[in-house]
Amino acid sequence: MTRITVKVDGSSFTDEVEPRTLLVHYLREQLGKTGTVVGCDTGNCGSCTVHLDGRSVKSCSLLAVQADGHEVTTIEGLSTNGQLHPMQQAFHEHHALQCGYCTPGMIMQSIDLIADNPDPSDEDVRLGLEGNLCRCTGYQNIVKAVQAAAAAGGAQ
Amino acid sequence: MIPAPFEYFAPATIDEALGLLREHSDAKVLAGGQSLMPALRLRLAAPDTIVDLAKIDELRGVRDDGDVLVIGAMTPHSVVQSSPVVNEHARLISLATATVGDPQIRHRGTFGGSLAHADPAADLPAVAVALDASFVIAGPDGRRTVSAADFFQGVFSTALGEDELLVEVRVPKYTGWGAHYEKFNRVAQAWSIVSVAAAVRLDGDSIAEARVALGNMGSTPVRATAVEQALVGGPATADAVREAAARAADGTSPVTDLNGDADYRRHLATVLTRRAVLAAAGTA
Repeated sequence: MTRITVKVDGSSFTDEVEPRTLLVHYLREQLGKTGTVVGCDTGNCGSCTVHLDGRSVKSCSLLAVQADGHEVTTIEGLSTNGQLHPMQQAFHEHHALQCGYCTPGMIMQSIDLIADNPDPSDEDVRLGLEGNLCRCTGYQNIVKAVQAAAAAGGAQ
Repeated sequence: MIPAPFEYFAPATIDEALGLLREHSDAKVLAGGQSLMPALRLRLAAPDTIVDLAKIDELRGVRDDGDVLVIGAMTPHSVVQSSPVVNEHARLISLATATVGDPQIRHRGTFGGSLAHADPAADLPAVAVALDASFVIAGPDGRRTVSAADFFQGVFSTALGEDELLVEVRVPKYTGWGAHYEKFNRVAQAWSIVSVAAAVRLDGDSIAEARVALGNMGSTPVRATAVEQALVGGPATADAVREAAARAADGTSPVTDLNGDADYRRHLATVLTRRAVLAAAGTA
């Protein structure tokens, strides 16, 4: 077992983990943060996307020990005082989901995307979300939502 | 799936890492983990020991060293992609790096990790071969330098010994050259079926120097020397480039797999080479 200290969604946690524990399993099973989901076994689908020190990463392709000393933000850490994050709000308003399974990862990656590019074109959004798969929506409303959040200054 | 159990070390220096590799014969080096982690999860790899290089600061960063650019092995793709010095002196690297995986993968995956993994369908090996990069390797007897042409030895196989580490890659400067990376795949995020890395220097309207290398046309990247020779001294016109590019598949032995048979890959190589060279000349 290896001792790690990680800041997750603003709170600091110190835990003993097996080195082979994936970050996503640590978040879900040890911290109970089940908002971050596992979709695939190959790093393809992006539904487990979280932010590590402010940049998007796939938490199934990271060991929990690799997050030692770093800061993680999950979908559960986005809202403040019951207010949805602008990206969450935009996904809600533009109906950018159907089954909702890809949504936590889509939202985390979309926030990273507009931090780099505050005024993305359709193509910029589609390319920026190339590592996130949605099997329901056809992406149309996701693109709309990301652009709406960008226009509303949702990068914060 | 959950990886098989292993012992984990995160050394702070290159010497410490080399010591760990000497002590643990079944150790696997972890760079950004974007190829190794899926392999561990699918249990295609199950090493006894993982040596994580993330805490070795000297392996990270891009620096300008006179006639060459030096890219630390642990520099993430996203840093290489947005580096102004890389863009100015080795634009081919910026362009190819921007096509690696997806944004999340580029935040974690590293320049050296991708090269040391030596997947025949990866993007950066062909670029390193095209640009005549040198690989600086640290081992028990000190450091040695290997050319890109000698570094790649087969599928997932390189000149790196089991007790050695890739430290940095030195790339000659191609300031003012035009560059283009042409990658053919069917869906977003997929590996290339064939890729072509091209850089050209123009003198007026004619091609003064050319570097062309092919990805996934064999077990290692292939330098298209016949194309380079046919291009040099000729005009950068569609007809001349088409004629030169027709030799792209000469001497190659690509695989046949579900994405395409060998003949299809040989055809693709000529088409993509034409596109890549013309696009590179257009930006020179």
